[in-house]
Amino acid sequence: MNEQAPILIVRGLSVDFQTRQGRLRAVDNIDLDLHPGEMLAVVGESGCGKSTLSRAIMGLHEQTPEAQVSGSIRLRGDELAGKTERDWCALRGDRLGMVFQDPMSSLNPVYRIGAQVAEVPCLHGGVDRRDAWRQAVESLGGVGIPSPAERADQYPYEFSGGMRQRVVIAMATIGSPDVLIADEPTTALDVTIQAQIMKLMLDMRQQTNCGILLITHDLAVVAQTCDRVMVMYAGRIAEQGPVKEVFKHPTHPYTRGLLATIPGDDPPDRLPAIPGQPPELKSLGAGCPFAPRCDLAQPHCGERHPPLEGTPDHQVACWEREVRDVQ
Amino acid sequence: MSNDYLLDAHNITKEFTSRGGLGRADSVVRAVNDVTLGVRRGEILGLVGESGCGKSTLARCLLRLLDIDGGTIGFDGSDITHIRGRRLKAHRRQAQLIFQDPYASINPRMSIRRALHEPLSTHGWSRSDREDRIRELLELVAMPESALRKHPHQFSGGQCQRIAIARALALHPTLLVADEPVSALDVSIQAQILNLLKDLQESEQLTMLFIAHDLSVVRYISDRIAVMYLGRIVELANADDLFADPIHPYTRLLLKSVPVADPDSRLRMTEEIGDLPSPMHLPPGCAFHPRCPIRVDSCPHDIPPLREHRPNHWAACHAID
Amino acid sequence: MREFWYQLRRHKPAMLGLVVLSLMAVAAIGAPWLSPHDPYAMQVEHVLGSPTPQYLMGTDQKGRDIFSRVLHGARISFKVGSIAVTIALFAGTAIGLIAAYYGGIVDFLLSRVVDVLFAFPDILLALAIMAILGPSLTNVMIAIGIVYIPIFARVARGSALSVKHESFVEAAHSMGVSNFTIIRRHILPNISAPLIVQATLSFAFAILAEAALSFLGLGVEPDTPSWGILLSRGKDWMGEAWWIAFFPGIAITLAVLSCNLLGDGLRDLLDPKARKAS
Repeated sequence: MNEQAPILIVRGLSVDFQTRQGRLRAVDNIDLDLHPGEMLAVVGESGCGKSTLSRAIMGLHEQTPEAQVSGSIRLRGDELAGKTERDWCALRGDRLGMVFQDPMSSLNPVYRIGAQVAEVPCLHGGVDRRDAWRQAVESLGGVGIPSPAERADQYPYEFSGGMRQRVVIAMATIGSPDVLIADEPTTALDVTIQAQIMKLMLDMRQQTNCGILLITHDLAVVAQTCDRVMVMYAGRIAEQGPVKEVFKHPTHPYTRGLLATIPGDDPPDRLPAIPGQPPELKSLGAGCPFAPRCDLAQPHCGERHPPLEGTPDHQVACWEREVRDVQ
Repeated sequence: MSNDYLLDAHNITKEFTSRGGLGRADSVVRAVNDVTLGVRRGEILGLVGESGCGKSTLARCLLRLLDIDGGTIGFDGSDITHIRGRRLKAHRRQAQLIFQDPYASINPRMSIRRALHEPLSTHGWSRSDREDRIRELLELVAMPESALRKHPHQFSGGQCQRIAIARALALHPTLLVADEPVSALDVSIQAQILNLLKDLQESEQLTMLFIAHDLSVVRYISDRIAVMYLGRIVELANADDLFADPIHPYTRLLLKSVPVADPDSRLRMTEEIGDLPSPMHLPPGCAFHPRCPIRVDSCPHDIPPLREHRPNHWAACHAID
Repeated sequence: MREFWYQLRRHKPAMLGLVVLSLMAVAAIGAPWLSPHDPYAMQVEHVLGSPTPQYLMGTDQKGRDIFSRVLHGARISFKVGSIAVTIALFAGTAIGLIAAYYGGIVDFLLSRVVDVLFAFPDILLALAIMAILGPSLTNVMIAIGIVYIPIFARVARGSALSVKHESFVEAAHSMGVSNFTIIRRHILPNISAPLIVQATLSFAFAILAEAALSFLGLGVEPDTPSWGILLSRGKDWMGEAWWIAFFPGIAITLAVLSCNLLGDGLRDLLDPKARKAS
């Protein structure tokens, strides 16, 4: 659907953590393309590696010595892997915008809202403080904060959760970034606010034509807002494709299980639950990590990890994919 | 109300005072405001609302974990509003609570065996009876006996929640209050726990008050649903009726805001409805009126009472008649 | 527990502190057997002798062996440190727990008492108590114990306030568990980490405080070989016999430094936030 060249190209990205129990691979050999104006969802449960992936793309593992990132991350053709912390700092907030889960802790409580937003153009745009403040007020208005000039003079505690998340989005988008990474941006918010924030994200994408990487566990949000979806399990991609395709024809047993467990408009008497517990990364075998919980698992599933295969659009990592297609 | 209500609360009010700083007056937050609510024997009553609406506070008032500032609480035909000491302890056996964060609800320094022993020993069970009951409980929540030696952090969230449920059921309670029991769990685990709670409600003949902010979860598990907004119940109806034909504009807003996992129905939010007001500065009259699309002249002045608009379908709104 | 030892072994500064402290503790306990000479025996022929193989740390103005006196001094310092800290730990924790758990007026009153105690400089307060009780080893321990009550009360109160709102405390309430049992079984074990850290650090301060009190002449009897007394006597002979003050001084520094290293290490290891991140 998107003919433009990808703005962000990730190839073979892996993140290893050195722990006392040995090495642990949180993200395993991920390829990812993000196009301008595209909203790509990375979905999965806690511990599946989705947040680690997003942090790696923002270069936030550089400061954690026990984390090791390998692979290539190219932003507009510019290789980011191997950059120094100084270079990363110049990128973050400028070409890479980020929105975190908790709007309560992503703003500094002792500075005025306007000053925190204005800091971004001050740091990256080289503009003077008065211009920066003007830009900040403008962008606060742009994210739907009523009477932004007065609100910019206030402190975070005077803002509700939804309004704070708007401020965070204003900070992330004020530099018109190429890529906006949103890690569970609405999880801490109420449903009525969540819908407004998601709508705002869609508006911002329209305005700036940035690519958005949405990290979430909420499939319903994905269905309503995203273009493509990447389902992660135990650090790997289980299935990826256009949202419509994946939601209507989920192929990986894990994706199917996830979609089935959502009690929808017409809930059944019993929810079809995925049995078992999420895998522990430190005790992963050589085989498909989902095999122990999978109702289609064959003996060979436990031996080797299935490759990610399929059409150029829609790929699945499952040994039993062919079998099911025939059915 | 009649005898088919196990829990029968009238006009519950709970206020919190937060001390003002230098020269500022103390501010009072009315977290629960004149709430009348009954839970029928054997039903699952869902209680939904956004964070800060007072649903968890209400639950803790009903369980006598918080002292109320007004109203009466009836349990199984007797007034428990002011009971203390031994009578309160005896009542505790009847009503138990499950929490949102399963890890936080079990003392991290206790083994599972000690955690499960605690309610039983508190109520004077003998050692051998306790051991027997613990084995029964583990079977009930489908956990292996080997769990007893471990500590909470050695389990996944779902397993931990199973243990917390086992502990809550230890004393054969009649009422189980579940405060967001699945919202901290992974999607694939939520369904397991919901199914477990539904099964246990039948096999253990429990009455349940199920609190959640996730409407689809509440809809799946509840017989009736109460919707709370800023300390008050604004709508109360059978689950199916509430979803099929909501009356209160707030309920409608909630239902409309919930995303559905269907890529054909894209984001439906059209109008800006503003944020939840701070509970410290409640709007006068109907607390929802600043966000309400259908408000009438009387909304900012009078508090609408909860009235039965259709059989068994109650709502508090001036604009609907 | 095994996990904890594993981590402690990898924490080099903390391990160093622990090893030095253990050696000193062994020396303190074994002083009567390890000492080459009687710490009280005066040998007129060896007055102000510099360190020799026979008198490792030299002798003082009365011809007593400094090494033996330092070993016996360790005995006194460790005794004062551990008993004073025990007094402060028990009393302070009890006050802090009760204040935090019951809140309201109880908290207000206890916290004000603690504030008042806090307002006095440590040594001044200890001096005042010693002046009332009179100089003796027991009174030194009591005085130092009282001085350190407020800090334990604050640590206990702060930690207990956050634990008090955990779900498992509420769960215990909803089961009908009594207040006393909740405090003992649920709150106390969960605030033990910061208290242990504080106890280690306070142990160092207690050793210093004893030395200071003895130095000022308000501690133990003037002839007892406490580190503070040794230092105080030695200062008069600094020009002629540096070793009289030097070795007790080194002992004090080493003990305090080791305690602080261990305390800081324990703080790193026992802080759940720091542990989760690693």
